[in-house]
Amino acid sequence: MARITAGVGVSHVPAIGVAMDTGITDQPYWKPVFDGFKKSREWIKENNPDVVFLVYNDHCTAFSAEMIPTFALGCAAEFQPADEGWGPRPVPVVKGHQKLASHIAQSVILDEFDLTIMNKMEVDHGLTVPLSVMYDQPEEWPCLVIPLCVNVVQYPAPTGNRCYNLGKAIRRAIESYDEDLNVVIFGTGGMSHQLQFERAGLINPKWDKEFLDMMTSDPVKASQIPHVEYLREAGSEGIELVMWHVMRGALDEDVVEVHRHYHVPASNTAVGHIILENRPK
Amino acid sequence: MATKKDYDDIPGTYVFDADMSRKGYHLNMFCITLRLATGREAFKADESGYLDGFPMTPAQKQAVLDRDWNEMLRLGGNIYYTSKLGACDGITFQALAAMMSGSTQEEYRAMMLAGGRPIEGNRYKSEWEGKE
Ligand SMILES: [Fe+2]
Repeated sequence: MARITAGVGVSHVPAIGVAMDTGITDQPYWKPVFDGFKKSREWIKENNPDVVFLVYNDHCTAFSAEMIPTFALGCAAEFQPADEGWGPRPVPVVKGHQKLASHIAQSVILDEFDLTIMNKMEVDHGLTVPLSVMYDQPEEWPCLVIPLCVNVVQYPAPTGNRCYNLGKAIRRAIESYDEDLNVVIFGTGGMSHQLQFERAGLINPKWDKEFLDMMTSDPVKASQIPHVEYLREAGSEGIELVMWHVMRGALDEDVVEVHRHYHVPASNTAVGHIILENRPK
Repeated sequence: MATKKDYDDIPGTYVFDADMSRKGYHLNMFCITLRLATGREAFKADESGYLDGFPMTPAQKQAVLDRDWNEMLRLGGNIYYTSKLGACDGITFQALAAMMSGSTQEEYRAMMLAGGRPIEGNRYKSEWEGKE
């Protein structure tokens, strides 16, 4: 049977991708950011997931203002890295696991989470930067990827509670799939940051650290954080953190924190990262 | 009943809700065409002619021509859309953030390296009153 063994929370700051694509990760500005990912890269090599279920948001790239699905599941055979205005990132094409994705769609929809099904979708930095962070720069991504795209751009994003419960439904779906697969789930985005208007540059490390603590030890409490708290305390774009609850909901309540990394800044953003493992059964 | 907006008292922030999205729809739909090279080239070749292809308000078109980033937000633009116009001009997210918050590039970069804009004093509009 397929099983979820671990969860990864990670920021998906576009500048992290640019730093890798332009080969400047050794510069003093970037070194502390990437030093914190060394252990993560070793960990994922060892853990070697067959499939990464990747929760991210599109930044007005594949979805324009014409269409704003709250949850969209990528069921295509592959997903092309998108041009976001600077040319597409020079990273491998992302390959999906179509059968598992369809199985998840069916299971989760019958579980009363009404997903949008995407049979064609380009993916932006929200999805490719976490892969780069964890896998560095391979010729091909070593895993298959099932993208779950969440609306966090037009208010309101789904609630933390909804995301947490969707995570549980995704876990039920994956664990009822009849193929021996090691699945790791990523929740991406955040941490505190505001990209716009006069309060741009807002960072709240104390709030971020409390959020990371809750990810490990009190996920239910974390899932109850109201939207206005993200907007006020973590900045208008900090609300991306709701996506971490999908990841956390898919894990056991009791997990082992195997790695954590926090650094300010990467461009306008606080970089946060955590790896949580389910305890072996 | 009016839609409840408990985020209205956050200073220096536009929350991109349905009201803003409605207001900025055509502005944002223009911006997203700059995502692809064909759009960027056509826009660069004739900015106002290109803008005339979109049913935007005159004020929205002027804000684009003026690269008035905050005015675009006021008129319903969202940063992920306006950043496509930024990219078309070769301006990064960080450079846009400096401009929108009224800092020089150097000041803004230094602020971020020093830990970013602090939360203290920046939670409520009331805390900004009297600030110029
Ligand atoms: Fe993002």
